[in-house]
Order: sequence, then structure tokens, then C-alpha cells
Amino acid sequence: MRLRASRVALLVAAVAVIAFPFTDSAFYTELLAKAMILAIFALSLDLLVGYTGLVSFGHAAYFGIGAYATVLLAPKYDPASLWLVLPGAVVAAGLAALVIGLFVLRTRGIYFIMVTLAFAQMVFYVFHDTGLGGGSDGIYLNFKPSAAIGSLQPFDLGEARQQCWFVAALLFLTWWFLARLLESPFGRAIVGIRSNEQRMRALGFATVRYKLAAFAIAGALAGLAGSLYAILFGFVTPELLSWHQSGNVLLMVILGGIGSLAGSVGGAFAFVAMQEVFSGWTKHWQLLMGGVIVAAVLFLPGGLAALPGRVRRAFGAGGG
Amino acid sequence: MTATPIIEGRDLHTYYGASHILRGVDFTVSRGEAVALMGRNGMGKSTLLKSLLGLVRPQRGEVRAGGENVTAQPTHRIARRGIAYVPEGRGIFPNLSVRENLVMAARSGARGQREWTLDRVLASFPRLADRIGHAGDALSGGEQQMLTIGRALMTNPDLLILDEATEGLAPLMAREIWAIIVAIRASGIATVVVDRNHAAVTALADRAVILVKGQVVFSGTATELRAKPELLHTHLGV
Repeated sequence: MRLRASRVALLVAAVAVIAFPFTDSAFYTELLAKAMILAIFALSLDLLVGYTGLVSFGHAAYFGIGAYATVLLAPKYDPASLWLVLPGAVVAAGLAALVIGLFVLRTRGIYFIMVTLAFAQMVFYVFHDTGLGGGSDGIYLNFKPSAAIGSLQPFDLGEARQQCWFVAALLFLTWWFLARLLESPFGRAIVGIRSNEQRMRALGFATVRYKLAAFAIAGALAGLAGSLYAILFGFVTPELLSWHQSGNVLLMVILGGIGSLAGSVGGAFAFVAMQEVFSGWTKHWQLLMGGVIVAAVLFLPGGLAALPGRVRRAFGAGGG
Repeated sequence: MTATPIIEGRDLHTYYGASHILRGVDFTVSRGEAVALMGRNGMGKSTLLKSLLGLVRPQRGEVRAGGENVTAQPTHRIARRGIAYVPEGRGIFPNLSVRENLVMAARSGARGQREWTLDRVLASFPRLADRIGHAGDALSGGEQQMLTIGRALMTNPDLLILDEATEGLAPLMAREIWAIIVAIRASGIATVVVDRNHAAVTALADRAVILVKGQVVFSGTATELRAKPELLHTHLGV
């Protein structure tokens, strides 16, 4: 019964996402695409925080590397091939996570949080203080990448609707991929590591390798989100890798419910919606946002993902 | 079958911070053998087991598995040599179902043996078969203990180390666990058993080792130990 309800909710959401761009509101179509990109970003972090038990406070680094790679891989005066820049960004961010992971995974707990932050700050200053990506001014992606394969043009990212659907398709793929990954033996192993790493080692699992793989996959998916972000807005600045951004995505995961894929997606949407609504009310919107997050942590442990269960219990749905 | 022990600790010295826990312990388990590891609380039994597995590092001494020096090897490598460790306290993964807890550990043994499969484990633990889809934390204490033992068997070990497997269990449940340990031992898997129930342990074991303050004060056959009740009285208070 519960499964069916969640399936229906997912279907309704999917139809809404596909139908929404027909409203012809360019602004809200772009906002929807932005929320979906951040949902991919939040999903990638939840793989670490929610399933592997690694609280990374530097996840924006991989988002930013994906975004910069997209722009830097593109030729200046011609549209790049989407099939080059998108995988290129994913690989760049994944490789960066693999290398950084080799170092940060030697630490645990609070030290892990601080070291992930430190590495992210290093990456931030590389882009901020060198000419690599236009320094603190950022850098433009002059043309939307082309989706052409030979003479075939399957879709056009320059068209807002199609761009939104493309992002939706990738969000769906990311979600599906993570759901499958978590059901696999690899997924069970990382969940085991989260509950007790020592025990997993005593069972014969090389836990560091599993954590490194999870870290690299999470980095690669964050790179995918960053690449889509660069394509959507055509502009990349070091702010994308700042620690604020790492904090925001962590808040999305917490708000949505740690260790729930649907929660991460919901958390990202709620975050973008609140940002939009509150900043329309007052310029002190961050104060309101902070209040909501404090309230969510206090009164809704388990985040938005725990909401359906709570509602069901509150209305006393008879029988388990 | 060679005479090479499955696992062997030689002159192990292990510290926790400044406290010297193991003070030169020699400990050997041969193939198919059941060893009772005895001693009061805080005498170093769990530390010895953890030192053998590399979960804590002995400062001095040597651990050998299958005749090879594994002192500096990571725990998972030692475990893959066919040594399954069931730690004290319930070692289940609460977020995973009973089936997932078992399946995740499945592998063939160090010698390629595949005697323990999901079906065989479930046949040995009918209670687990009844609750196959339940989450680990929905099980009772005794069922959780069965799950950890079943999971250890899924790795097809040559040696099963059980640290306080019946601690805190109702007598009926403890008896079921003992019956399972006896069956495991009969199947040819070597076992190291730490338990407060001295009568049950010595009845099961081929050999007994008593630790007092990090040193071995007795090592001999179970028959020898039964012939010297004063040893049990002095060192274990029974």
C-alpha cells in the first residue's frame, strides 16, 4: 500500500515536471531546472552522508570542478559538443574526488569534516586566485553545447523547455542509478560501513576501498550537477565552490532527510522554493531560511522524508 | 592437512594507551580444534582476540595465520584467510534486512570451500528463516546473535571466534546458541569460544587457555582443566 502511494507520488511529480515548461514561463522553467540540478547535487552528497556515513563539508569542490571543466573544455568561439563536455566534467570531478579521497579518507569524524573543507578551500583558491578560470571574475560559457551527433540533432539545449527536460532526464537517471547501486552488494557494504566499519573489516571487507569508491562516485555526480549548472546559466564563478555552497547542499540533505534519495530531491526543491519565496518577502530572507531549518531539525528529525509516515501516524491509519 | 596452525600469536604485548594489557601471550588454534578462552573481566580476552585480527595492533610479538606473518596486515586481509570474528555485543547491521545481513558476507572460504550457503544457514537457524525480510534491529537479542553467527558462517571460515556469544540472553535462547556452536564444531570448523558459562565451554572445548592480567596461567586440554578444579576456583572464581 505504502509502495503504491509513493509510486503514485513519483508519477505525479514526473508528470508535473514534464508538463510545467508548457506554462511558457521562462523564469520558472529555469528555476525548475535549477532545482533539479541541485537535486542531483544533493543526491550525490547523500550517498556519502546518508549511506556511507561520511559527512563531507567540501562537496561544492566537485560541483565547481564540473562547472569549470565544462567551460574550459568548450572552445571559445564555437559551441562545444555536449557529448564531450558533460562526460569530461563528470570524469574531471570524479578524478579529483578520487585523488582528494585518498587523503581525506585517512581521517574520520570531525577531522574528516575539516579536511574535506580544507581541500575544497584549496580548490576554491586555485580558481579564485589564478588565471585558470578567469580568477575572481569567473568565466563565461559563450555557447550552449550542441547535442548534435553527426548530422542528427536529437534536442536543442538553447530551447528552454528541452533544456529543462534534459535536466529532468538526468535527474531521473541519477536517482535510478543510485537506487540500483544501493541495492547492489556494493551498496550493502557501504551501508554496513556506516553502521560499523570495524565489523565490516572483521568480515573481510577492504573498507577504505569501498569508501574511496563512494567518494569518487559522489564527486563524479556532483560534477554532473556542476556541468549542468554551467550549461544552464552560462557563467561560472569561484562562488560555486565556496564553503557556503558546501553548506547549502548539506542543508538540502538534512532538510530532506539524511539517507533517503527521495528526501534529498525534496530537500533541494524545498531549499530552492524557500529561497525564492523568502527573498521575495524580505532582503533578510536568510534569517527566515535559518529559522525554518532550525525548526525542521527540532520538530522533524528525519526531514521531509519522514513526513508521510508522521502524517499517517497522526491520522491513525489503522493497522500496520 | 598440515600441522600449521590456523592462527598463532607469539609473545603478544598490547597496550591501550599507557596500560599494558597483554603481557607476552602465546596462543595457537589448529585446524578443527575448539579452544576455550577463559578469564575474569578485564584480563585481556577480548584484547587478545582483537590483536590476532589486527583490530588493535600489538606493540610486540607476532601474529601468524596459516604459517605466514600477518602482524602488520590490515584486518580484512586476515579475515579473508578464513577467520570469522563474532564480537561481543550484537554485531548486526540494523539498517539491513536479515537476508541482506547474510548475503553481504557471502563468499567462498580461504580454501575455496562453499559449504555454507544462505539455504544452509537458514536451515540451521529456522528462527532467521522466519524473519528473513525483517530489518536487523527488529530482531530480539538472541535472534540478533544468531544472525551474527550465521553471517560469520556465510564467509565459509576455517575458524570461528565467538566472544561472549550468549551474554545477556535468556537461558532458553542461550541453550539454542550452544546447540548451534556444538553443531558448528562438529562440522569441522575450528572455534575459539569466550563465555561465562564455564561448564558449557569446557564441555565443548578440546583445549582451554586461562588469562590472568594479560598472561597465560593455564594452557592444556579440557580434561586436564577439569582435573584441577582449584584452577577454576582461583582464576575464575567458580
